[in-house]
Amino acid sequence: MTKSEKIKVRWGFIIFFTPVFLWLFLLIVLPQIELLRMSFLGTDFHGKSGFTLENYGSFFTEPIYWLTFARTALYSILVTFIVLIIALPVAFYITKLAKIKYQGFLMVLILIPFWVNELIRIYGWIILLRESGVINYFLLKLHILKHPLEMMYHDATMILGLVYTSMLFMIVPIIGVMESLDDALIEAANDLGAGKVAVWRKIIIPYCMPGIMSGSIIVFMLVLGSFLTPKLLGGKNAMWFTEQIYNSIIIYFNWNQGAAFGFLLLFLSSLIIFIVLKLTKQELSKVIK
Amino acid sequence: MEIALSIKNVSKNFGNFTAVSNVTFDVEDGKFFSILGPSGSGKTTLLRMIAGFYKPSNGVIEIRGMDMAGVEPNKRPVNLVFQNLALFPMMNVYENIAFGLKRRGERGKEVKKKVESMLERVGLPGFGNRKVNQLSGGQKQRVAIARCLVLEPTALLLDEPLGSLDFKLREHMKVELKKLQAKVGTTFVYITHDQSEAMVMSDHVAVMHSGYFEQLDTPQNLYNKPVSAFVAQFVGDNNKFIVRLRKDEHGRFFAVTDEGHEFKLDRPYDLESSNLFEMYVRPEAIIINPKESTGGINLLDVEVKSILFDGGNSRILVIPSGSGREIIVSLPQNRKYDNLQEKDKLKIGWYPSAAVCFKGAGGKVYDEI
Repeated sequence: MTKSEKIKVRWGFIIFFTPVFLWLFLLIVLPQIELLRMSFLGTDFHGKSGFTLENYGSFFTEPIYWLTFARTALYSILVTFIVLIIALPVAFYITKLAKIKYQGFLMVLILIPFWVNELIRIYGWIILLRESGVINYFLLKLHILKHPLEMMYHDATMILGLVYTSMLFMIVPIIGVMESLDDALIEAANDLGAGKVAVWRKIIIPYCMPGIMSGSIIVFMLVLGSFLTPKLLGGKNAMWFTEQIYNSIIIYFNWNQGAAFGFLLLFLSSLIIFIVLKLTKQELSKVIK
Repeated sequence: MEIALSIKNVSKNFGNFTAVSNVTFDVEDGKFFSILGPSGSGKTTLLRMIAGFYKPSNGVIEIRGMDMAGVEPNKRPVNLVFQNLALFPMMNVYENIAFGLKRRGERGKEVKKKVESMLERVGLPGFGNRKVNQLSGGQKQRVAIARCLVLEPTALLLDEPLGSLDFKLREHMKVELKKLQAKVGTTFVYITHDQSEAMVMSDHVAVMHSGYFEQLDTPQNLYNKPVSAFVAQFVGDNNKFIVRLRKDEHGRFFAVTDEGHEFKLDRPYDLESSNLFEMYVRPEAIIINPKESTGGINLLDVEVKSILFDGGNSRILVIPSGSGREIIVSLPQNRKYDNLQEKDKLKIGWYPSAAVCFKGAGGKVYDEI
């Protein structure tokens, strides 16, 4: 390589790296640093602002806050689990059972709903589920129900909506791994005496573990940080932790408190993922692949 | 001898295509049985029916006298070594071998003992903790076989397991497999498209062609007494001559080529419907410069076209004078013909007993190997 070529290569690197760096630093790192600073600030009785741990402390001292978080985290785990249970057979059907010419078509069927904005999709659900909605209309017409049933604003409805919104992000990584699963492995296990349950438990799931873990992390993070679906389908009593952040900042205008909650959400969800990875003996670097 | 595996009139159709057509055979306990055929001959289909992955369209498969109809692969007392071995990549060698035992509900020390003694038997002691991707081709092979043998199957089915190995290793594994089979005494059913593998290892070989068994015999008989043109061409090498047969007044038979060469034959043929035949002579049965005095030998004047040097397996390509047909002749191993050159004139000859003829329409039975 000559000297001029070396310089060219370096210029190329700078030209392509600068936008990425600016994007990351100005739009993500810088605001986060500012939020982190704000989360440690507070005003005392005299209206003087200064450093405090109060914003973080209130999370642990006020049960409403940590209970909301616990509820959010548990429901997120539940949703992730339900999504996984549905996604595994769907991915298996698409990669192993469906004819090759239908595989692309089935993938498109899974993708199409995600071309529609989340808000529009949720309103679609509301049209179906509300008291004067489509489902109630038909159930009444068919004389299955005497009075319309209120299907909105239950936890179950909210979970249904969350499962629906995050399904794609589980199916795609699992399909990615499952496609490379050699059918002969399944047949070999079967030949060596494994029934259907043992084939799933010992061969398919362990083989797809990297896909399952990356899908689970994405879904868990998405559900934990989702705002629209729990707000619109869950109703007043179904408090999601993101709503606490929203309320702090927008309603109570307490940016410091909201920033602290934001970082707690980030920290606690990372902790949960870390614990799950340790428990299942997976390595993050492999999962990310 | 007890019959380990009995196949009776088994056929398999995929839509209009018949992959296996009315095949019948028995395998005695402890024998090494091979099914030899080109790709697409239906041998893998047959093996998969025995393992239980396909249902036969017709016929009965019995293992130790028990009808296997409706028995799932995981309940059959046979195990299959897959073409690509199909070792479980997420398990180590020990777990791979213990997999079948654990599915049977065996636990604890018994499993450990069996796996370790199996590893020792296949020559891999202490390999239990290795990952599958840390093994060489030959070692993977042995793990795949150990994984099945540890279950003590009635018959071990092998689907071209040496296909993916390089030549040297394949030659080595051939001998290893034969030795292993002799040591463990399990019945082996082996399918391959490599006639040398089948010949070296097997007690009996079935030659399969487009769904049929052409011949089921010992390797020696397949080589020496092929019953069809296909077997003659597929097992070992052969020179093919298109000939017309003629019977003289003494009842002796002669083969006449298009160029007018005439060769004596040693056995009678049925000339009623047609006298158009294919004659086969093995390259190793052809003698270079035989003594003229040797009675009864067929002689032919030829010119050397090229020398195919291959160490101990060297041959020459010759053309009879006044003809374009090539004949392959094996060179003897006495270095007598080291100075042979292209365009040299030679005399070649073979005994009538070395030639065998099959009725043909003068066309191809199997030229596209």
